[in-house]
Amino acid sequence: MRAPSSREAALGEVVLAVEDVLLTFGGVRALAGVSFDIRKGEIRAIIGPNGAGKTSMLNVVNGFYQPDSGRITFKGEVRRSMRPYMAAHGGIARTFQNLALFRGMTTLDNILAGRTLKMHRGFFWQLLRYGPAMREEVENRRRVEEIIDFLEIAAIRKIPVGRLPYGLQKRVELGRALAMEPDLLLLDEPMAGMNLEEKEDMSRFIIDVNQQYGTTIALIEHDMGVVMDLSDRVVVLDYGRKIADAAPEDVKRDKNVIRAYLGEAYVGQD
Amino acid sequence: MPSIEPSLDTLPKLLLHNARVFGDRTAMRQKDLGIWQAWTWAQMLEEIRAFSVGLAELGLKRGDKFTIIGANRPRLYWAMCAGQALGAVPVPVYADAVADEMAFVLAHAEVMLGVVEDQEQVDKVIAVSERLPHLHQLIYDEPRGLKDYDHSRLMAFSDVQSIGRKKLAADPDCQRRWEAGIAAGKGSDLSVILYTSGTTGRSKGVMLTFANTIISARNANAFDHLDENEEVIAYLPLAWVGDYIFSYVQAYTAGYCVNCPETPDTVVADRREIGTTYAFAPPRVYENVLTLTTVRMADAGVVKRKMFEFFIAHAGRWGEKILDGAKVPLGARFLYAIGNMFVYGPLMNQFGLSRLRVAYTAGEAIGPEIFRFWRGMGLNLKQLYGQTEASVYVTAQPDGQIYAETVGEASPDVEIKISDGGEVMFRSPGVFAGYYKDPERTAEVLTADGWVHTGDAGFFDPKTGQLRIIDRAKDVGRLKDGTVFAPKYIENKLKFFPNIREAVAVGAGRDFVCAMINIDLTAVGSWAERNNVAYASYQELAANPRVYDMIAGHVDEVNKSLAGEDIMSGAQIKRFLILHKELDPDDGELTRTQKLRRGHIIDRYAPLVEAFYNGATEAKIATEVTFEDGHKGVIAARLAIRDLKPYPASAAAMERAA
Repeated sequence: MRAPSSREAALGEVVLAVEDVLLTFGGVRALAGVSFDIRKGEIRAIIGPNGAGKTSMLNVVNGFYQPDSGRITFKGEVRRSMRPYMAAHGGIARTFQNLALFRGMTTLDNILAGRTLKMHRGFFWQLLRYGPAMREEVENRRRVEEIIDFLEIAAIRKIPVGRLPYGLQKRVELGRALAMEPDLLLLDEPMAGMNLEEKEDMSRFIIDVNQQYGTTIALIEHDMGVVMDLSDRVVVLDYGRKIADAAPEDVKRDKNVIRAYLGEAYVGQD
Repeated sequence: MPSIEPSLDTLPKLLLHNARVFGDRTAMRQKDLGIWQAWTWAQMLEEIRAFSVGLAELGLKRGDKFTIIGANRPRLYWAMCAGQALGAVPVPVYADAVADEMAFVLAHAEVMLGVVEDQEQVDKVIAVSERLPHLHQLIYDEPRGLKDYDHSRLMAFSDVQSIGRKKLAADPDCQRRWEAGIAAGKGSDLSVILYTSGTTGRSKGVMLTFANTIISARNANAFDHLDENEEVIAYLPLAWVGDYIFSYVQAYTAGYCVNCPETPDTVVADRREIGTTYAFAPPRVYENVLTLTTVRMADAGVVKRKMFEFFIAHAGRWGEKILDGAKVPLGARFLYAIGNMFVYGPLMNQFGLSRLRVAYTAGEAIGPEIFRFWRGMGLNLKQLYGQTEASVYVTAQPDGQIYAETVGEASPDVEIKISDGGEVMFRSPGVFAGYYKDPERTAEVLTADGWVHTGDAGFFDPKTGQLRIIDRAKDVGRLKDGTVFAPKYIENKLKFFPNIREAVAVGAGRDFVCAMINIDLTAVGSWAERNNVAYASYQELAANPRVYDMIAGHVDEVNKSLAGEDIMSGAQIKRFLILHKELDPDDGELTRTQKLRRGHIIDRYAPLVEAFYNGATEAKIATEVTFEDGHKGVIAARLAIRDLKPYPASAAAMERAA
């Protein structure tokens, strides 16, 4: 468990704020005026029942979806909406609920792909494999190797990811996101489909990323135990609305949250 | 008794010596961030000196005990030598030991300082720290995750080295004093305490002097002509005497290079990159590689599979003879050369064995099939028999005189005798100095005139003149009718089938022999895949009737082979069952070196043993299991028991009985 009071003091200024975001698909209101913020250095959880709008929220944050109205403030810049390239250049990296890896490529190449934005030499320099391009490649490879070491995946370095078990693929995807050296890391259900041991490993990696690199993390997760252990603050969505936004232990006791998850009958019980 | 010159009678002295003679040669490598980092003997001396002086500044002094916990990393090996340079005694502990076992050893040895690998080990030691009144300082190699820990008694390895380097720079006399401290060490000094996990009871701390280990290591180097050109890979537990001698003392005496793998999972790939020339492994390593190969070949295309089968059969017939330099027809040699090009060579290369000159197997009996397979492939695989109490070497097989059933002849300077009770005893310069703080148990094992009881029953094979080990002396029992019952002998026969990972034979004082079996998940899992047997867990696979049928076939073959041996023919297996869980050291069923703890298993599975002998066809069992983090759970199961028909004893055996 983490000590909330000392963490609270350590949290920095707001890095990302969404205000009054409205997102509709035809008649469906995926997000109906949601506001919340993410502060520097924290682990922020977004939870909610199925169809609550959690993934939509992440997609708005990194620009996959354009909200119908509302504002997004990222690193002090106010925008009506994000674009994926803006998010990437601005230092937002993410992983996906249903893995999006290059299955035929090795672990190493997949993570190296995460360094694309850090490679500045053009095609012809790269062809030469000499001078600055070479130095750049060496530097990038070094960073990738650090990540491989960090995530303890040295044994699968040269194995095509399509042949790896699901839990390890998830870890490679996290590695690729880390390769961007993001300021804000968005994790969409990082533990989905994992067994207990894999979940414990992944939790440890998330905490380590947060502590060692100081990366701000926003994650969607269904496993309540994981959320309670990992996160500093939790925002709860239900039917596209925000119904709670507080520290994990307060969220657990919140009437609205209990109603959304368990039903009216459980409200007031312990 | 052979002696060693006083200038080279301790490991720190050998370090100084090697830094002079082999200064620019590579002493150690470790793969880090995907690249092999190397240290020459001179660089290694500098690293060890800095750490050692740092340790002295932290208060480590002559006679103090300190622990080493972690995987095979250069810094942990350096820490051993750094402490020994000050006259302190390292007490390495198995890195996978659960906290309670670790606490016992650390408290018993009164360690006052620990050098550990990472956060996991720091956590484990901190968890039991209130039982360790002597411990006042922990040093870690890998800083990850430890940033926010209270550093009042915790320090990074590199920080200790900087303390040492600063001290060395500030005080010009410091290096001379450090070297004088090394010169003051003697061969008869206690150099290390290695706790043996022991198949019964609490572990015992085996005390070895510098002379014990250095003489044994030198003899071993001479026996196999090992010199500074060898490359080995260090991957066995640091706390095991085998690794201590092989990756440390032999390396220092011969001057060869020790390579540390990137992680424990990458050993095969790392070994392949290094191309080791000398290797030491328990049989299960050779078994696993063979099982893996067979399983993969079963999934290969027809052409490849046929080619593999053809050439492996050819190697089985001629390979060993070619290896031993016997007479072999030209045609067979030619075909072998082709096989070498297409099958043996690539396969050996795949597992990083191409450059291997000498490979040993020890610790347990190896299956004759497995042994011959590797030798047929051209691997100079030999057996040795050793003990922690002997600084490893008791017997070893010389090149060219290799037999699957024997463990070799007495190693140089070792005397062996068989006691009247059939127990193997030895006397050698490697004989240990006693168990730490346990004169009683020392006296049970070590006689006044220097002989050591090995606890193993064995005899000298009349055909080959080499030693043959049958079983643990105390485990050899008799059935009710007086038939000799050697459980391990039977278990080994069972375990030679790739589908059987572990087996426990029971029968002492009973009417007949029964066996509890663990299936091998890799082998049986692959069989299940090919035969459309669906399963969700080990337990479900183990209970499958078709798996029972297959194992029954194996047990039947063992019975057939037992029937052919005169003294064993009465000890055939009449009933068996397949256990619902794998035997595990965390549950105390195996030792950390994967040996059966028979007494404990029989107590734990008492209801099963009872069911064997009351005729039941099913038995219920509920066992407590310990998970890796120490918390406990219960697994319950209902296990089927199968009956088998014994074979009549062979004609020869009958005659002798009549």
